[in-house]
Amino acid sequence: MNFWQYSSPQYFYPLAKKMAIIFFVLACILTVWGLYIGFFVAPTDFQQGESYRIIFIHVPAAWMSMIIYLVMSFWAAIGLIMNTRLSSMLAQALAPTGALMTFIALWTGAFWGRPTWGAWWVWDARLTSELILLFLYIGYMALRASIEDPRRADRASAILALVGVVNVPIIYFSVKWWNTLHQGASVSFTKSPSMATSMLTGMLVMALAFWMYSIAVSLVRVRRIIRDREANAGWLNESRGAS
Amino acid sequence: MKPRYKRLILVVVALALLTLGATFVLKAFRSNLVFFYTPTEVLAGQVPDGQAFRIGGMVQEGSVGRKEDGVTVRFEVTDTIENVPVQFIGILPDLFQEGKGVVAQGRINAEGIFLADQVLAKHDENYMPPEAAEALERARKIKMDKQ
Repeated sequence: MNFWQYSSPQYFYPLAKKMAIIFFVLACILTVWGLYIGFFVAPTDFQQGESYRIIFIHVPAAWMSMIIYLVMSFWAAIGLIMNTRLSSMLAQALAPTGALMTFIALWTGAFWGRPTWGAWWVWDARLTSELILLFLYIGYMALRASIEDPRRADRASAILALVGVVNVPIIYFSVKWWNTLHQGASVSFTKSPSMATSMLTGMLVMALAFWMYSIAVSLVRVRRIIRDREANAGWLNESRGAS
Repeated sequence: MKPRYKRLILVVVALALLTLGATFVLKAFRSNLVFFYTPTEVLAGQVPDGQAFRIGGMVQEGSVGRKEDGVTVRFEVTDTIENVPVQFIGILPDLFQEGKGVVAQGRINAEGIFLADQVLAKHDENYMPPEAAEALERARKIKMDKQ
């Protein structure tokens, strides 16, 4: 089997459908499991009471918002360098999910911030850089939408995505580099997690569920983009009956 | 050289320059990006004169008290080295506690008292059930008794 054939929209199209179904099923199972741990197994927090349970949504969404941006700019860069159509389509397909994750992270954060900190929003480095990420996603999508020719849109938006990529490490390290109101990382690569085990398990399962969901929904979206952009290609009309 | 290698080099060089530029900008903004100042920085005069700013640290144990009017709260913010007295009129957030993190916004008056118009609780990264917190507290007390 030639692995590289899947870089062609024609071969990727049916594969994406099969993968999307698998990832959707996994996303459903993991969400149910993760929320069960989050609501029924994980104990109440000693300080925040029940309001800490927002982490089961907030942290996975915030992680995904950064990871999706990295993946999106990776595919945008590959599309720019190799001139491959599918890479740019993948970048295009990831943007709305990334924007959604950023929005969820900001919104749940505000909901948690009000009872915990005493403010819906503060202009600290973590919150502000995450807001900039949302603007980057929106700007990326707006730029794409404003250019008629898809290949030109690919190149222009790829440059925007790549310029914005410096923001991701800023978000991640903001709580380390500066005094912020947002607390430091409870889970990181360098130290053992400062959380009770069942809380951590719930959070990680939810993070996996968010991964599966993001992959599945991006694959569905990339199929729609392929249908749009390859509408004149012969293979699409031939295979329309099949998949 | 193939065009794709040229483009690869271009992208890598552009990203490297961008990272370098961002590093310089962040270094220049370093002090402006600070959300709050610590009491040590405040007492060392590193805060902008006559301007509102935020002060952050721990609420000094046993320092929280109310004035006779019942709404004015006084407490001290500490970074374990220096203390700054803070005065605030209003409702404190639920997580405001002695020995916990706090960020207050306002300005410092002539007597060196920080008049806050907003007090925020700064949460730490520790999440645990109440039983575990009690166990930690017990362990801490035993350790202190031994000393």
